Amino acid sequence: MEFNPATASSKECLAYYQAKLDEEAWQAKKEGRLVCWSASVAPPEFCVAMDIAMIYPETHAAGAGAKKCSQELLDVAHGKGYNIDICSYARTNLGYMELLKQEALTGAKSETLANSKASYVPLPDLVITCNNICNTLLKWYENLAKELNIPCIIIDVPFNHTMPVQRHNKEYIADQYRAAIHQLEEVTGRAFDYDKFLKVQEQVQRSVYWWNKVATYAGRVPSPLNGFDLFNYMALIVCARARDYAEITFHKFADELEAKDAAGQYAFGAPENEKYRITWEGIAVWTYLGATFKGLKNQGAVMTGSAYPGIWNLQYTPGDLESMAEAYTKVYINTCGPNRYEDFMNIVKNAKSDGLVMHLNRSCKQMGLLNQEGAEYVNKMLGVPFVSFDGDQTDPNVFSQAQYETRIQALCEMMEANK
Amino acid sequence: MVYTLGIDIGSSSSKALILADGKDIVSSAAIQVGTGTSGPGRVMEEVFRDTGLSLEDIAFTVATGYGRFSVKEADKQISEITCHAKGIFHLIPGARTIIDIGGQDAKAIRLGDNGNILQFYMNDKCAAGTGRFLDVMSRVLEIPLDNMGDAHFKATEWAAVSSTCTVFAESEVISQLSNGVPRENIVAGVHKSVATKTCALVRRCGELQQEVVMCGGVAKNPGAVDAMEKALGAKITVAPNPQITGALGAALLAWEAYQKQQ
Ligand SMILES: Nc1ncnc2c1ncn2[C@@H]1O[C@H](COP(=O)(O)OP(=O)(O)O)[C@@H](O)[C@H]1O
Ligand code: SF4
Ligand SMILES: [Mg+2]
Repeated sequence: MEFNPATASSKECLAYYQAKLDEEAWQAKKEGRLVCWSASVAPPEFCVAMDIAMIYPETHAAGAGAKKCSQELLDVAHGKGYNIDICSYARTNLGYMELLKQEALTGAKSETLANSKASYVPLPDLVITCNNICNTLLKWYENLAKELNIPCIIIDVPFNHTMPVQRHNKEYIADQYRAAIHQLEEVTGRAFDYDKFLKVQEQVQRSVYWWNKVATYAGRVPSPLNGFDLFNYMALIVCARARDYAEITFHKFADELEAKDAAGQYAFGAPENEKYRITWEGIAVWTYLGATFKGLKNQGAVMTGSAYPGIWNLQYTPGDLESMAEAYTKVYINTCGPNRYEDFMNIVKNAKSDGLVMHLNRSCKQMGLLNQEGAEYVNKMLGVPFVSFDGDQTDPNVFSQAQYETRIQALCEMMEANK
Repeated sequence: MVYTLGIDIGSSSSKALILADGKDIVSSAAIQVGTGTSGPGRVMEEVFRDTGLSLEDIAFTVATGYGRFSVKEADKQISEITCHAKGIFHLIPGARTIIDIGGQDAKAIRLGDNGNILQFYMNDKCAAGTGRFLDVMSRVLEIPLDNMGDAHFKATEWAAVSSTCTVFAESEVISQLSNGVPRENIVAGVHKSVATKTCALVRRCGELQQEVVMCGGVAKNPGAVDAMEKALGAKITVAPNPQITGALGAALLAWEAYQKQQ
C-alpha cells in the first residue's frame, strides 16, 4: 500500500522515513550523486543544499545495537586492531565500513555483511565531522577518509571554557563553515547553492521547533510522553533535520501527545501508573533498551527528562552564519562544567523529576566525565537523589541487568521516602 | 504476636530472620551458599527450626538481595540498599555511613538523621574488592576464611597486592608465596586491596560521616575491618551479627508493610 503521510501515525512515519533515507542514499549512488557520512551533530545544511545524500554512522550503530547485532561489527573492528577502549559507535561503524569496503574491493558480500541485521547503507563519497561533541569524531572520520581515500570535511569547534560563547569563537566557526562550502564546491565541481542553503536552514529550524515541542509534553504531570520514545524518534532529528521528514513526524507526534493528554492517557496508560518521574542522563543503552526501560517501568518510573535529546536544540537565525555557529557550538557537552550543570538542573526542573539515573557510559568519556559533578550539583540545588550505573551504548559487554535493577529499585525507594 | 520474615538471598549466602511485633528477633539463620543453590531452601528450614512456627504464621515476608526475585514466599521485594540501611539504623541509630561488603558487591551508603538514604555507591561489573576476592585468596593461601583475621594481625608488614583483576591478583599472590613472603603479610595485603577499593566508594559519598558501621559477610573478618579502618582513617563499628542485617531490615520493612495493610 502507498504510504500516506496524512493518515500515517508518527510511529509509521518514523519507520518509513528512516528506511526512505537509506533508499535515497542508494538511489543517489545509482544516479552518480554523492553520499556523505556525517557525525550526528555536524551541520548537514551545506551538504543537503548541494543535494548530497546523508548517512549517519552513530544512528546506524545505535540501530545495530538495538537490533542486537553490534557485537559482530565490533569484532570486525577489533580484528582490525581497534582497541576496546574506543567509543563503541566508532568501533561498530569502522567494523561496518570494513565489511562494505571488502565488498567493494572483491565484489562479494562477506557472510557477516550478508547476514547482518544492521541496515544496509552505501559507502560514502565524502565524510563530514564536527568536534562539538567529542574528539573521537575527528580521528574516527579521518580514519574513514583515509581507509576509503575520500575527502573529509572537518568543522572545528573550540570548547567553550566560559559561557556565553565568545565572539571570536563564532567568527572562527563561521570561517570553518566558509571553508566547508569551498571544499564542497571543489568536491562537487559546482557553485554552492546559497538559495537552497537558506531554505535548508529554515527547514532545520522547523524541525528543531517540533522536536523541542515534543519534549515539552514530558513537562506535564502526569506525562503523556514516555521519554524513552525520544530515544527512537531521535533518529530523525539526527538524520533528517534538514528535510521535512523530521518536521512531519514530530508535528504528528506532538498532535498525538496532545490528544493522548486530552483523553487522559499517559506514558504508562492510566494516570496512577506514573509513580515516579526520573531524568536520564546519557545515551541510551541500545543493546539493552528493553531491559533498561522495563527496569524503570516495573517500578512505575517514567522518564520525563533527558539532556541528550536536547543536544539537537539547534536554534539559529537562517542566513546568519555566526548565529548558526553559536547553535552548533553551545551544545551542552561542549561547554564548561558550571554551564553544563546549570543546563542539566534546568532539564530536571522542567521535567519535574524526583530522581536522576546517570548512565556511566564506558564508550563516551565526554558524556560520562562530568556525570558525578552534575548529579551532585542537582542534588544540592534541588534535593533530588541520584544513582549511576555502568553501561555502554552499543558494546553489550559492559551492562549488567541485575546491577541496574538493584540501583533503579533503590532509587525508587529513595524517591518514595522523599514523598 | 505478629511475625514477619525477612529473607536476604545474596550471591554468596542465604540469610533469613523472623521478627515478632517488629522488634524482637525470634530466630535468624545464615547458610553460606547463595542464589541458585540449595541455600534459599535450607535457610528457610533453618530459620523456622525450634521456633514452633511455620510459614502460615508469618504475616508478611520481604525478600532482598541479588536473588530477591526468585523468592516465591515473598510478598514484596525491596533492594538490599534499603534493607541494610533499615537494619543497621535499627541496631545502631548513630550510624551515618554504612559499608556492606558481600560476595560480589561492595556498597557504601550515607544516611541522614532519620535513617533515610542520602546517597549510595556500589561497585559495578567487576567483583574485585568483594568477598569473592577474599574467598579466592583464602583458598590460594590455604587459610580458612575464619582464620584470615588472626593471620592478618600477625603480619609484620603488609605485602603489596596491586592487581585489580582477581585472576591476576591470584598469580601475584602465588608468586609472592614462592618468593617466600610470609603468608600473614600477604593476608594483610589482600585485606588492604579490598579496603582500598571499598574506601573509594565511601569517599564518593562525600565527607565521611560518623558513626561508620560495617556489615555483610566480610565484616565477620576482623582483618578486613582493620584494613578498612586504616584506609578510611576512622573507627568502624561492626554491626552485631553483620551478615544478617539485610534480612533484619527486610523483616522490619515487612512489619511496616503489614501495619500499613491493617
Ligand atoms: N566466617 C567468616 N569469616 C570471614 N569472612 C566470611 C565469613 N563468612 C563469610 N565471609 C565472607 O563474606 C562473604 C559473603 O558475604 P555476604 O554478605 O554473605 O554476601 P552476599 O550477601 O553477597 O551473599 C564471603 O565471600 C566471605 O568472604
Ligand atoms: S558516543 Fe561520545 S565518544 Fe562516541 S562519538 Fe558520541 S560523543 Fe563521541
Ligand atoms: Mg548482601
